[in-house]
Amino acid sequence: MTIELPFPGLTGVPTADGPQNRKEYTSDQEVRWCPGCGDYAVLAAVQGFLPELGLRRENIVFVSGIGCSSRFPYYLDTYGMHSIHGRAPAIATGLATAREDLSVWVVTGDGDALSIGGNHLIHALRRNVNLTILLFNNRIYGLTKGQYSPTSEVGKVTKSTPLGSLDQPFNPVSLALGAEGTFVARTIDSDRKHLTEVLRAAAAHRGTALVEIYQNCPIFNDGAFDAIKGAKDSSAADAIIPLRHGEPVRFGVPDEEGNPTKGIVRDASTGGVAVVDLADVDEGDLVVHDAHADDPTTAFAMSRLTDAGYLHQAPIGIFRQVERPTYDDGARHQVVTARQGTENRQEALASLLYGGDTWTVA
Amino acid sequence: MAKQVKQLDRVIIRFAGDSGDGMQLTGDRFTQETASFGNDLSTLPNFPAEIRAPQGTLPGVSSFQVHFADHDILTPGDRPDVLVAMNPAALRANLTDLPKGATIIVDTHDFTKRNLAKAGYDDNPLETEALGEFAVHDLDLTGMTVEAVKEFGLSRKDAARAKNMFALGLVSWMYGRPTDSTITFLERRFAKVPDIRDANVPSFKAGWNFGETTEAFVVQYEIKPAPMATGTYRNITGNLALSYGLIAGAAQSGLDLFLGAYPITPASDVLHELSKHKRFGVTTFQAEDEIAGIGAALGAAFGGALGVTTTSGPGIALKAETIGLGVMTELPLVVVDVQRGGPSTGLPTKTEQSDLLMALFGRNGEAPVPIVAPQSPADCFDAAVEATRIAVTYRTPVMLLSDGYLANGSEPWRIPDVADLPGIDPAFATEPNHTEDDGSKSFWPYQRDAETLARPWAIPGTAGLEHRIGGLEKSDGHGNISYDPANHDLMVRTRQAKVDRIADSLPPLEVDDPSGKAQVLVLGWGSTYGPIGAACRRVRNAGMDVAQLHLRHLNPLPKDLGQIIKGYDAVMVPEMNLGQLSMLLRARFLVDVVGYNQVRGLPLKAAELAAAITGLVESTHDNPSEDTK
Repeated sequence: MTIELPFPGLTGVPTADGPQNRKEYTSDQEVRWCPGCGDYAVLAAVQGFLPELGLRRENIVFVSGIGCSSRFPYYLDTYGMHSIHGRAPAIATGLATAREDLSVWVVTGDGDALSIGGNHLIHALRRNVNLTILLFNNRIYGLTKGQYSPTSEVGKVTKSTPLGSLDQPFNPVSLALGAEGTFVARTIDSDRKHLTEVLRAAAAHRGTALVEIYQNCPIFNDGAFDAIKGAKDSSAADAIIPLRHGEPVRFGVPDEEGNPTKGIVRDASTGGVAVVDLADVDEGDLVVHDAHADDPTTAFAMSRLTDAGYLHQAPIGIFRQVERPTYDDGARHQVVTARQGTENRQEALASLLYGGDTWTVA
Repeated sequence: MAKQVKQLDRVIIRFAGDSGDGMQLTGDRFTQETASFGNDLSTLPNFPAEIRAPQGTLPGVSSFQVHFADHDILTPGDRPDVLVAMNPAALRANLTDLPKGATIIVDTHDFTKRNLAKAGYDDNPLETEALGEFAVHDLDLTGMTVEAVKEFGLSRKDAARAKNMFALGLVSWMYGRPTDSTITFLERRFAKVPDIRDANVPSFKAGWNFGETTEAFVVQYEIKPAPMATGTYRNITGNLALSYGLIAGAAQSGLDLFLGAYPITPASDVLHELSKHKRFGVTTFQAEDEIAGIGAALGAAFGGALGVTTTSGPGIALKAETIGLGVMTELPLVVVDVQRGGPSTGLPTKTEQSDLLMALFGRNGEAPVPIVAPQSPADCFDAAVEATRIAVTYRTPVMLLSDGYLANGSEPWRIPDVADLPGIDPAFATEPNHTEDDGSKSFWPYQRDAETLARPWAIPGTAGLEHRIGGLEKSDGHGNISYDPANHDLMVRTRQAKVDRIADSLPPLEVDDPSGKAQVLVLGWGSTYGPIGAACRRVRNAGMDVAQLHLRHLNPLPKDLGQIIKGYDAVMVPEMNLGQLSMLLRARFLVDVVGYNQVRGLPLKAAELAAAITGLVESTHDNPSEDTK
């Protein structure tokens, strides 16, 4: 992934006078997630990455909803708001629209973003508000102690579903693409390098960037992502389908020469894409990943390679990254344009109040 | 022929027709003519929730009532002196409101068998004795309209649509209204559709000329201008005044205004209006739902804007959790509830005052919210400025309780001098406000102002004041999460105390008791001001004493209220609900107030209320309490 600096997504946000370090971004609050929680890794990655942005720390705001991951803002020494279950995208939309000079981040989880807050998430995506949304997906409700979530696999046995859950889960990437998302990516808590690369690209994006982060809950859903974790040459290599813009999509446990053994081709019978053994196809038949394609069809097809049940296979990387005017830029432009010629607000107010049909009593 | 001219001191006219007949426009134009003539006036639009209910049916009837006079009036009037009915349904739906001897002008064109049946008439009331008590003018308004515009080559249907302007012209003649503003209005409004302009302007003139020449109308009426305080006036509806008040409140605070709103009757006009005024630094965000509307407004408030959300009762139900977050995070926020008939979807286009207790208590936990209520359409301006003052000064969500009658009703408004508007200081925090034990400076987001108990408003972008807020309980002062029992008790009481302190900033109440001898007080809030005032005048005109007091602030209640109400032998509280303020007063002051309660979706009627007050005055006079006056 190559990122152009400075970050276009952060245009208008004032930059720091000098280099920053991770410590400056660490608040004085004790971190209170369970031992082994994947959230620690994401927090460390974010604290390590924020100094790279070179922004004035006071111009960064983290807004969260409710849930384990939503405690995130307390641990960063920026401005922050720990808001209401599901509503963080709405609150962040108002903040980002009102203030061009802020870098606004939303931290949310699968229950927060996709269940109670599903409406706000899809509308933030369609509006393309300049926000970076980190969706921690552990496929379970943690803070309420272990009920199934809207990303849990069908048949999930939990406290609230002793006979197994019945409802089909959301695929967050498919959902975001369907909601007209302009930047949709997926990464994993345990892969610090990939996580940081995706965060960097997300921050660089102007518009709503949705990053789904697979995150392990060691207490209520331990091992949910085990099949896709592990060394690059292990079976995990068969499970992770890495997406890199401009490159043919290849993956799988390497052969003796260290080359991937599987690839993705178009499937004429479904209109989607399919996994094949590289031995069975020509290199030229492989799908070349195009995150910048206007048409999200192929990105959506890629997202369908994700297991809906227990996770044995999932594409990782940036599915879609396209430019589209943002809601907040447009809203501010309307105000700025309308304001021209209204230097004296009091005079303008008087002329507003005295407008219309008036009469005078002497 | 020479017409007779009769002097009247006041008239109530109701224009009624099908939802598609343009009755609201007709009433609005008549109102503008009347306003510019200089009468005092008050209006009551009344329309169905359906955009186009089935044509010709009772549910589809839309009406507009205007009361105007040569003296100061307070209400749109109880019973119309004149009804203009454009079809059988409009006649039938409004007939029971007319007093004996009222004038009825009927467009006979739609009195066909089919339309009569739709309105539930077996026989044509124009041909029976059904209207014997009234002075009926049955005229083919539609036919005359079509005739008047035939030279423009419109289809019969298009031509007939201008019948409302014919009716307006006729009634304008009857009451000697100036016509220039309506002609200018029509020419401007329909500048881009010459066909419609060409139908409307001649119809309007033809209606006037018909009145002037026909022998059917022998009398023209004159209602002299009302004496009014000097100043420049305009006629204004509550929703417009409220919108201007919010713009003024933001301007006086030096803040940009961010409105997050979801369309809902009868509040949508505020969204429409504010969206026209971006040059005042107004951003309007039409959200995906009520929750997002207030959420975005709160987010903008965190960023240093004047956050506003506008809705009606059902929307407040949805916003409750975010109002609670506003209480907890102590951010300024103006929450406008244009109340309508409830519960549930209720009566979307009708008025009610039944959200008072929801505004006060409709949240989880101890979540006090100040409440401000306007008392008349024009007063919505001042109430909105006041709500802004409280929100910004005390860092709190404020509920502004308007209602459907105020929203759509109108009255003359003496336009204030901008220089006289109150200044509001957001006083953003810019410096650390606390010294740590080691002598270093830090920022404590919950360190309070000693006088107001308001916390500092430190907005993102302010270096050195980075902090986190949220819905979890905060420790006093430094604002970190705290589960400490004593701290929670302290914070709950402090949030309440902060709201209570607002009472220190309120002016003394002014009781209206012209004789100074009243033993009965009539106490109200919100849009009942007009009917209560009119009812009290009637009672006084009958030789009795009664005092009137109206509350702008419902939370906190003014400090002198208890003393005042305890000074009367009896206190009546008229409300368009089942006794919500009554309940509060009884609980707070242990005073056995007498409720007068109606939930008919319409403003209280002054005559009925006057009768109730008279009854209370008489019974109190017979049994005065021993320890007072």
